[in-house]
Amino acid sequence: MSEKFKEQVVIVRQDQLANGIYSMWIKTENIAKNARPGQFISIYTHDSSRLLPRPISICEISKDMLRVVYRVAGEGTRQFSEMKADDKIEVMGPLGNGYTLRDKKAVLIAGGIGVPPMLELAKQLKCDKTIVLGYRDKNTFLLDEFKKCGEVVIATEDGSIGTKGNVMDAIKEQNVTGEVIYSCGPKPMLKAVKEWGLSNNIETQISLEEKMACGIGACLACVCKTKNEDEHSHVHNARVCKDGPVFFAEEVEL
Amino acid sequence: MNTSVNLAGVTLKNPVMTASGTFGSGAEYSEFVDLNRLGAVVTKGVANIPWPGNPTPRIAEVYGGMLNAIGLQNPGIDVFTKRDIPYLKQFDTKIIVNVCGKTTEDYIEVVEKLGDYDVDLLEINISCPNVKEGGIAFGQNAKNVENITSTLKKYAKQPIIMKLSPNVTDITEMARAAEAGGADVVSLINTLTGMKIDVNRRTFAIANKTGGMSGPAVKPIAVRMVYQVANAVKIPIIGMGGISNYEDALEFILAGATAVSVGTANFYNPTATIDIVDGIENYMKKNSIDDINSLIGAVR
Repeated sequence: MSEKFKEQVVIVRQDQLANGIYSMWIKTENIAKNARPGQFISIYTHDSSRLLPRPISICEISKDMLRVVYRVAGEGTRQFSEMKADDKIEVMGPLGNGYTLRDKKAVLIAGGIGVPPMLELAKQLKCDKTIVLGYRDKNTFLLDEFKKCGEVVIATEDGSIGTKGNVMDAIKEQNVTGEVIYSCGPKPMLKAVKEWGLSNNIETQISLEEKMACGIGACLACVCKTKNEDEHSHVHNARVCKDGPVFFAEEVEL
Repeated sequence: MNTSVNLAGVTLKNPVMTASGTFGSGAEYSEFVDLNRLGAVVTKGVANIPWPGNPTPRIAEVYGGMLNAIGLQNPGIDVFTKRDIPYLKQFDTKIIVNVCGKTTEDYIEVVEKLGDYDVDLLEINISCPNVKEGGIAFGQNAKNVENITSTLKKYAKQPIIMKLSPNVTDITEMARAAEAGGADVVSLINTLTGMKIDVNRRTFAIANKTGGMSGPAVKPIAVRMVYQVANAVKIPIIGMGGISNYEDALEFILAGATAVSVGTANFYNPTATIDIVDGIENYMKKNSIDDINSLIGAVR
């Protein structure tokens, strides 16, 4: 378990990548030094009427900076999106477990706002890899950056780029295979990825999302159903924030 | 300068403790907080057997607060006594175990088992709004409050705190009933039953439909209730409900609370408890107050 830091950090830059999708670089040596692909940070609003932190996945890690790419989902994230370079923001992290990196032919599968955490993972995986990304339409983001990391396969719901359909349609069309799957995205997508991975005997790691309060495993808000007894409460409920967000697919019920 | 307070013969080094369910058994927060500096740690509710809790989503943010319907997920008393009590014993703080149950027999089983362990006080949860059986069912009727209190008093080796619900017509009636049943302390308030509807998905924001509201927005209600209860009973009161800084904590103390619990604030400020301990000390220095006990119920 990596050490966690709660600190006020400076925003280095913020850009809009697509409609409703923003990229923010923050300066934080402490969190950057300890962070791994698949972990997340809690970001706090400056508004005391919105108390709870927003859990946002880590998109990129540099020596003393972190990048988050997030979707404006409500008022809290809208406030983040209006912040500019040199503004200060309160964050806590790194949180959660992150992916277990294997030196095996990798398939990275992500959809929608599950795409950003795959970037740091793609950068750190030095092995052969295929990156399968699903978007709603041509309003894509981070594509060029993924193309620098490996072979990219795209699916769009409306067929405007790549395969028309979802990531599984693209995988079938392009005959994508590998020895380990890393995935992040909406639950129906993760269900399909889990089924494909397990039926082909491929190790499958999936990253889950759930409403959170504390972000550190105390409040028991963000649980998911597990096959085995969880370590904390022994009731087949793992904590997404602490035991996850990344789970081996066979361990969790989706 | 004296910051220590007394709850039913148990001396706390300061009046600041955690609120049940917001702090686990301390392990997760020990990365941010020196547990030795807390007056007491109040654990997450523990039942006789493991409880799986409610479906997700279990929480929703609301203006100035949050709703939760965790449903008292817990590992049961046997895991708790083997794991959580030894963990907490490493620290120089008092241990208050929150006890939940579906039936009187469930509560008795947990209270009896805890009699064999070196914990300081038991807090009896008769006020959780998020479980179908037990919980609040015991806490919304004065006769039931008195009965469960007097029954558990027969079995408890440690002093008992009855945790009261604000979801009643007159909380002083429940406090008096707890006192009549032999309660050593009362704690209030548990969460207020609330609801949030997601207009985009046209559904309830949390799976349980209703949830307990907590956070700064409930504080004025909680302060008022502590004040009323302080005027109604002679036993000490633990005040809680939206405390996020030392001034909030002092409001409760001045209204009549001997100690205070910090809950939801832990979620957005993991060091809230320690910030409040420091804040109270500074306040006392600045205002030349030698003994915190002189502030308890000082506003009449």
